[in-house]
Amino acid sequence: MKQDIILAGVGGQGILSIAFVIDNAALKQGLDFKQAEVHGMAQRGGAVQSHLRISDQPVFSDLIPKGAADMILSVEPMECVRYLDYLSPEGIVITSRSPFVNILDYPDIDKVLGAIETVANRVIVDSDKLAKEAGSPKTQNMVMLGAASPHLILEEANLREFIRVLFALRGEKMVEMNLKAFDLGRTAANKG
Amino acid sequence: MKQEVLLGDEAVALGAVHAGLSGGYSYPGTPASEIMEYLIKASTRENKFVASWSVNEKVAYEEALGVSYAGKRALVSMKHVGLNVAADPFMNSAITGANGGLVVVVADDPGMHSSQNEQDSRYFAEFAKVFCFEPSNHQEAYDMTRESFELSEKLGIPVMIRMVTRLSHSRSRVQPRPPKQQNPLKYGVDTDWILLPVHARRRFKLLVDKQRDLISISNRSEFNSLQINPKNTILGIIASGIAANYVIENYTDGHEQPSFLKMTTYPIPEDLVKKLVVHVDTVLIVEEGYPFIEKNISGVFGVAGKNIHGKLTGHLPSTGELSPGIVRQGLGLDALPKREIADFPMAARPPQLCQGCSHADTYRALNEALESYSESNVFSDIGCYTLGALPPYNAIQSCVCMGASVSMAKGGAEAGVYPSVAVIGDSTFAHSGLTPLLAAAAANTNMTVFILDNSTVAMTGGQPTFLSGEKLAKVIEGIGVAKEHTRTILPLPKNHDKNVLIMKQELDYQGLSVVIAARECVQQARKIKRSKT
Repeated sequence: MKQDIILAGVGGQGILSIAFVIDNAALKQGLDFKQAEVHGMAQRGGAVQSHLRISDQPVFSDLIPKGAADMILSVEPMECVRYLDYLSPEGIVITSRSPFVNILDYPDIDKVLGAIETVANRVIVDSDKLAKEAGSPKTQNMVMLGAASPHLILEEANLREFIRVLFALRGEKMVEMNLKAFDLGRTAANKG
Repeated sequence: MKQEVLLGDEAVALGAVHAGLSGGYSYPGTPASEIMEYLIKASTRENKFVASWSVNEKVAYEEALGVSYAGKRALVSMKHVGLNVAADPFMNSAITGANGGLVVVVADDPGMHSSQNEQDSRYFAEFAKVFCFEPSNHQEAYDMTRESFELSEKLGIPVMIRMVTRLSHSRSRVQPRPPKQQNPLKYGVDTDWILLPVHARRRFKLLVDKQRDLISISNRSEFNSLQINPKNTILGIIASGIAANYVIENYTDGHEQPSFLKMTTYPIPEDLVKKLVVHVDTVLIVEEGYPFIEKNISGVFGVAGKNIHGKLTGHLPSTGELSPGIVRQGLGLDALPKREIADFPMAARPPQLCQGCSHADTYRALNEALESYSESNVFSDIGCYTLGALPPYNAIQSCVCMGASVSMAKGGAEAGVYPSVAVIGDSTFAHSGLTPLLAAAAANTNMTVFILDNSTVAMTGGQPTFLSGEKLAKVIEGIGVAKEHTRTILPLPKNHDKNVLIMKQELDYQGLSVVIAARECVQQARKIKRSKT
């Protein structure tokens, strides 16, 4: 049992928060994992990605080989397309459809979504709308984690537990808002 | 003890804490910063110790050396280019020797994710003739750090740990072991630390004589492993550090693995290399960074009757970072099945200055102020403001090394460049911009230095700075820059016209002028606000 996930988004969208929750849930389930992330210069509003590998066998490489990822989980649609060559032929894409436009040459959004639709196995979520519904556009990352959750080899209860841990210091209201975002994402994904 | 989820950098830090660390020092730099971040958090928790940011890497190294001389265990960490700054004490401390364990952690950046070069610190370890570990995973990062302190005390020399970005910034599980107590304080100075030629010659001979011991420790190290595949005498593989993972990864699908030497210690474990090489016709060497092992093994003449393959022979790329896919190609295995990707006009999303960043306002004003000159040179430095090189600013023309902007502007001015401009951040200025400004003040060089004071080390995540605000202004005055040509501006859009005017006045002035553009980093301001609510 293994799952190789490319997490993608733009610096500041909270990719590493998603990773925190998944890492700790994996640890709790006694799985091995490695999660390579990007810090420093590249983080400043740039494209950010994290390679996350979970397995009941030892994980060796910190990086996922191209063509071997089981899932791309992206908080931004163009960033999802950027890593499509990592996805295995049977892999699934879980992505937001809400573009984050901080560059002048952002491509036509229909073309972006068109590229995503070349993947048969896909879940596309309006994370911006759902995050606002949860209480803050900043919760898009948890919406997307929720959308991915039915497809992860991790138990929902464990994911929820570490969302609590992650936001505990920022108060119960933050915890509840992010759990709501997670639930909205999960429901949206289940509806397909 | 409970397993922990740690970054590679944090695994090193925890290993040091559990080895009885008394003093940790560093200067921020990606991908090494998280070592000190972790040490600072841990320093007040268990078995209290000192963990602090230093003014620069040379200072950090010397502070650590002082701890070591006092008989206690010390760690100094930095990014690869930081060791260039600390090279002087590093090289010489190998000769004086260490007293308490002295471990120098250097994080290389193959692929230049956040750096100006991809130099390979293993050459520095060889240059100084010290022992070096190259962990391949988080558990090794923890275990090797603990072992480094033991070894440093046993051999009486510093020990290096070579990290790379992919391990530094990857998270995984680590199983810690019970911690050790700190060493007692030791006084007593003997002649070993006085590198007058008379002592240095004796000490250097001693270091050279130790090299056989280092090789023998490397040969016997439990961190290296040699697996001989008796059925395959055609190909053997030597892989070091995380490159070893990329090799193993490619054989997890059932392909039979050739004979394999996983190498994680230097000097090179010669006996293990010989055992592998005699067994096979061709050896592929897979290493992250420069072809260090390959060159050491093949030398000028190669190995008679054997093929040594690697980066020098073009079997693996000589630049950039390795990956499982690149290594797969080098191993000659079939490529993984590929997904058909439709043509798509992908846009790059390079890093950029944050919304509301003070540097953006400074650059907009500087660009306008310089419009009235037909030519100019803007020498910049290392920090967030280096992003001023990118559109829409295109405001700077150099980024070489820490502090270089000021010295280069002086050299440029002396060669006849006018206006000759330096742009440097407050922390970089304290790191190594202050000393060249002393010389420029003494000569009253015709140049203008912009100090972009955002009161933090922003690019690396907001570490504290030593020279900001009022203190910075006092230092500028104290080293002899004319008071009327030291100007402070508040870089905000509403002050644009006023700031352009001040900049023009100082660019026009035929002598040394300093413009301090002071406004807090927006990220830091947000963090501080958040911590208060």
